[in-house]
Amino acid sequence: MTHQLKDGGQVMHVGMLARVEGEGGMHIEYRDGKVVDVKLNIFEPPRFYEGFLRGRKFTEPPDITARICGICPVAYQSASTEAMETICGVTTTPEIQLMRRLLYCGEWIESHALHIFMLHAPDFLGYESALDMAKVMPDVVTMALRIKKAGNDLMTVVGGRAIHPVNVKVGGFYRMPTVAELLTLRADLAQSLEDALAAVELVSTFDFPAMEQEYTYVALRHPEGYPLERGTEVVATSGVRFPVAELAQHIEEFHVEHSNALHARFDGGTYFVGPLARYSLNFDQLSPLAQDAALKAGLGETCRNPFKSIIVRAVELVYALEEALSIIDHWRDGYPPSVPVAPRAGEGIGASEAPRGLIWHRYVIDEEGIITDAQIVPPTSQNQASIEMDLRTAAEQWADLDDHMLTHRCEEAIRNYDPCISCATHFLDLRVKRS
Amino acid sequence: MGDIPIAASSPASAGEDTAEHGHPHTHPHAETPAEATPAEPKPKLAVWKFASCDGCQLSLLNCEDELLQIADSVTIAYFPEATRAIVAGPYDLSLVEGSITTPEDVRRIHEIREQSATLVTIGACATAGGIQALRNFADVDAFRSIVYAHPEYLSTLDTSTPIASHVDVDYELRGCPVDKGQLVEVLAAYLNGRKPRIPTYSVCVECKLKGNLCVPVATGTPCLGPVTQAGCGALCPSYGRGCYGCFGPSDSPNTAALTRQLAELGMDDRDIVRVYRTFNAGAPEFRAASEAVEAGAR
Repeated sequence: MTHQLKDGGQVMHVGMLARVEGEGGMHIEYRDGKVVDVKLNIFEPPRFYEGFLRGRKFTEPPDITARICGICPVAYQSASTEAMETICGVTTTPEIQLMRRLLYCGEWIESHALHIFMLHAPDFLGYESALDMAKVMPDVVTMALRIKKAGNDLMTVVGGRAIHPVNVKVGGFYRMPTVAELLTLRADLAQSLEDALAAVELVSTFDFPAMEQEYTYVALRHPEGYPLERGTEVVATSGVRFPVAELAQHIEEFHVEHSNALHARFDGGTYFVGPLARYSLNFDQLSPLAQDAALKAGLGETCRNPFKSIIVRAVELVYALEEALSIIDHWRDGYPPSVPVAPRAGEGIGASEAPRGLIWHRYVIDEEGIITDAQIVPPTSQNQASIEMDLRTAAEQWADLDDHMLTHRCEEAIRNYDPCISCATHFLDLRVKRS
Repeated sequence: MGDIPIAASSPASAGEDTAEHGHPHTHPHAETPAEATPAEPKPKLAVWKFASCDGCQLSLLNCEDELLQIADSVTIAYFPEATRAIVAGPYDLSLVEGSITTPEDVRRIHEIREQSATLVTIGACATAGGIQALRNFADVDAFRSIVYAHPEYLSTLDTSTPIASHVDVDYELRGCPVDKGQLVEVLAAYLNGRKPRIPTYSVCVECKLKGNLCVPVATGTPCLGPVTQAGCGALCPSYGRGCYGCFGPSDSPNTAALTRQLAELGMDDRDIVRVYRTFNAGAPEFRAASEAVEAGAR
């Protein structure tokens, strides 16, 4: 929808950006053919998690913060358990870590399959939704649902249910799944690995708009593998690296008027978290199969075209499926499900790589284990400035497109981030002003 | 922002199909009335979101085995998380996720009610106010300034309230999140013009049916199962932990007796208040139970 302004400018308005998790708005203003202002507006109503966590017990954040997001609850559970264990000076067992990684693989599989096929692919193939795609290419959509289901089933066996798992606690799990239970998942995960390899090939054939961005990528690193449920340090393309405990010294949150989600700066500047950052900073940690699939799909060891994030997600899908199969195949019954955790006064940070990027929690608790301060920094809020940067580039680069096409392109530039606005605080409302 | 795609005329022509979704279908869901009367237009389904985590509407997309059949049985007229295509109201069935927390949302839920022949709330936020209803017990101004540097940028109400506090609701589906099987049951019941078969007894019944050990009796673990509505399949006790009440109060819950038992298991008053005040803190029975403990009634 286009409105003429009295001063000769133009406002384009789209009621709602679809196929994102949550609701937000966008405002683009042109003066003399140049983009002068770009804003991603997030008016998802605030829910004040950090407010009501104060006074709760240190054992509660895995259940409570999971409710910030129905798509990536495990990311919240992992970051909060790690933070509390750090504060209380507790180290869990390698088996508990492996089971956390397996549960996290489940979340990556369902979330990436959802975004690749149901939210993102319709943009490249020219459909309104995956349900419309299903009428024309039923095999692809059936395959997508199969992969997604394998991820959800994995979360159900390990976590109790796919949305807001119940089996996670500070110190580990309430009960370890048995080998017999895990083996019921094997055939579908193996099939999904084949499917995911085909998916990498399929999405690599899409037409990608030419756009390369100079992002500062930030992601976790871990010596033992590609980062999911944890990392030992934070690394950035600027060359900076530091332990997770120092995150709050490098990332500063701030409140802007046009968003109910706090913005953030990394060492004073705009930065990017998510699959492109993880991939470009951790390519060497991918499995040979995933690396090979990536290179065959035409990706380099780094990727700076945000539209190609769909290929990177498919590569990560391959990795997560392989990893899940490997953990299941090596699992034995009888490992203790948790270690005891007694409260100890202090402050600590936990971080993990949510499907949409780095997430971190910082808590302060007292000697009785009561939370006195909480800070939760989800990926989408950290990415708001990068999203605005991409919108600016897209609006400049494709200013010649008609309003309908430009609107589409800008929506796609936002969907590249798989933004989770519920996480960040739900309304995308596109406004383009031209003069 | 968030304008509801409303037909200009009065809500009379519910069920009208459109070009985007009007594909003829030869294999409708076995249970749909469309099979009996294939000439009838498919019901128009809309999915709305208020303050929530997206998890309950995601439950619909998580029905991987049923999703394409469901999509074939209805016209998905408004479901932005799944599709860009929008069909103007009125709607035959609206599923509503989330609680009411802003003045704008109060206006929006009334518009949605006017445009919806049947309105079903899905999940604890829409049915009881959700975890964000913890603000109802607190000073919201303090919350605003804890989280946001510029509270004056925000427009929020001091309470998080369920949909039924604002408009008539035809059915409330419980759960944080809703159970996929129960969601499909509600849709199937609607499509077949019958009442949903959703039990209102407690989680204890599901535990007995599953042959679970009773966690408070066997291991001394505090458990809200005796006062919580079934529907999850007694999930937490099956994993060796106590139920934490995410399906809200069961029919006629004896919270006074449970409060005494929780105390006997070693919980102090603050712990007991906290267990009643999570995802269904605003549900009347849980609210009363927590306030009774605060008032020293146990």
